Amino acid sequence: MATTTTTKPPRSTVAAPETPGWLRWVDDHRKWLFAAPAMTFVAALLVFPLAWTAYLSLTDAEGSVRAESEFVGLANYLDVLSDIERFWPAVGRTATFTVVALLFEVVLGMAIALLLWRPFKGQRWVRVAILLPLVATPVAVGMMWRLIFDPNIGLANQLLGWFGIGPQPWLSGQYTALPTTIFIDVWQWTPMVVLILLAGLTSLSDEPQEAARIDGASTWQRFRHVTLPLLTPTLTVAILLRGIDALKTFDILYATKGRGGGSFHEVETLNVYAYGLSFDYNEYGISSTVLIIFFLIIIGAMWALTARRKEAQR
Amino acid sequence: MRPRPAYQVFRVVALTVVVLALIAPLIWMIAASFKTNVDIYDPGKALAFTPTTDNYAKVLQQANYIEFIVNSLWVAFAATVASLVLGLPAAYSMSRFNMRKSALVVLMARVIPGVSLLVPWFYVFSNLKLVGGFGVLIISHMFVSLPLVVYIMMGYFDSLPEDLEEAALVDGLTHVGAFRRITLPLSVPGIATAGILSFIFSWNNFMFALVLSDADTKTLPVAIFDFVGYASIDWGGLMAASTVVTLPIMVIALFVQKYVVSGLTAGATKG
Repeated sequence: MATTTTTKPPRSTVAAPETPGWLRWVDDHRKWLFAAPAMTFVAALLVFPLAWTAYLSLTDAEGSVRAESEFVGLANYLDVLSDIERFWPAVGRTATFTVVALLFEVVLGMAIALLLWRPFKGQRWVRVAILLPLVATPVAVGMMWRLIFDPNIGLANQLLGWFGIGPQPWLSGQYTALPTTIFIDVWQWTPMVVLILLAGLTSLSDEPQEAARIDGASTWQRFRHVTLPLLTPTLTVAILLRGIDALKTFDILYATKGRGGGSFHEVETLNVYAYGLSFDYNEYGISSTVLIIFFLIIIGAMWALTARRKEAQR
Repeated sequence: MRPRPAYQVFRVVALTVVVLALIAPLIWMIAASFKTNVDIYDPGKALAFTPTTDNYAKVLQQANYIEFIVNSLWVAFAATVASLVLGLPAAYSMSRFNMRKSALVVLMARVIPGVSLLVPWFYVFSNLKLVGGFGVLIISHMFVSLPLVVYIMMGYFDSLPEDLEEAALVDGLTHVGAFRRITLPLSVPGIATAGILSFIFSWNNFMFALVLSDADTKTLPVAIFDFVGYASIDWGGLMAASTVVTLPIMVIALFVQKYVVSGLTAGATKG
């Protein structure tokens, strides 16, 4: 482009030295030279391990990945898919955890975002409060709730006592543990949905709202027929981001229940199950199979949501 | 348009409940970190207790926490700098040349469950005698922060007009020179956002460090578990340890609130 210096305006303060050949080459190939290091890095840490996991899932590798292992074809997949004691309950818990947590986070997040939408005094402080759970270290958050939900000394049961309700086992109960961890996830991540939806709401123009108001639409009608449709793309992004992370939840579950998701595996999701198979029992073949199936589930869920998003944009 | 008075009252009440629900547990954690274990067990001493700094003395002196704080700082800082160095040019290229498919490769890292990568990583890195060193920890944390940097900066570069670079080209700069001297300085707010978010996510990361660190390279989220025994839990120490991990990152986030929020919501409204 700037090969001649005659086109250069005289007021320019930037010197135009003769560009050396190698620099010219770098310049011409910048598209890939810029992108290559980052892409190589991610691909090396991603593609090879994934391929290897896929390979391991077809072998009976266990004990040590260095040990001799035999190719067993799809035997692991048959084993895993017919395992109704650990695998399918883990799938069920993963689905329950993700769907219930997402439901609460989206409904609460939408409600809080609407409350925060129009400016008011003290808005700054509410935003501060909303940011705190988001940046808190998840493992520490798990420990904090573990103290609050402790059946004997925890604040939660003391509060219930004031209302005359008997103590609950919370995290230690076989049937209360999963709902309690869902609660913790909702506490930590609803703010994320609030922030995303608030960004979406703020970017909406006021005109459709005003038009609907002049037409005599009630507050609910305006939300249902004006705000919500306009906000759908943002909402889908929020669900996509939160959904993927909720599927992969590990820190909170590990911090509150430890290995295996508790003595009855009561919070053992696919992620916790696969971690245990890999690092507590060294069942690499089976764990790789679980992980490949898990991965396919995530891709499937993402695909379904993005397909919905494209439809919504049309 | 002004909301009706009834709504304003409702809003104040509802938002007070929200703020309390979000802040009270954190205050409870910090309060417990200043209590003796006896006071933690006593409901009567819920808020009226004599504060003690014994737990912090335990955490910072006996439990080697200073070392773990330094580890966490070093890993998060190094991963952030390296992610910016690799990520900024990549995001620029992907934004200007519309390389959406290439961007997808980087974003895959965001989607995949970390466990599925850990076994192969562990195998390769232990064969290279790297497990237990800072190198693998930094690399594994970069795997989290690099996609974050690329994602945030792609959006930022998209919003930066190309005219300025073209003006610089007319002035005789090369494309790479224009990127370095014009685009990067203009992107400082975006770079700050990406850097802060990358630091926070790396600081909070638990699973990679759980597998890839050893006694000397342990980061804070892993070190918290030193206070959880098989039979009993040292609640005071545990809450002090949790506070030491969480509080600094929360304070930083409050000071740079604007950047954290814009990072967390990057790309959300464009769909």
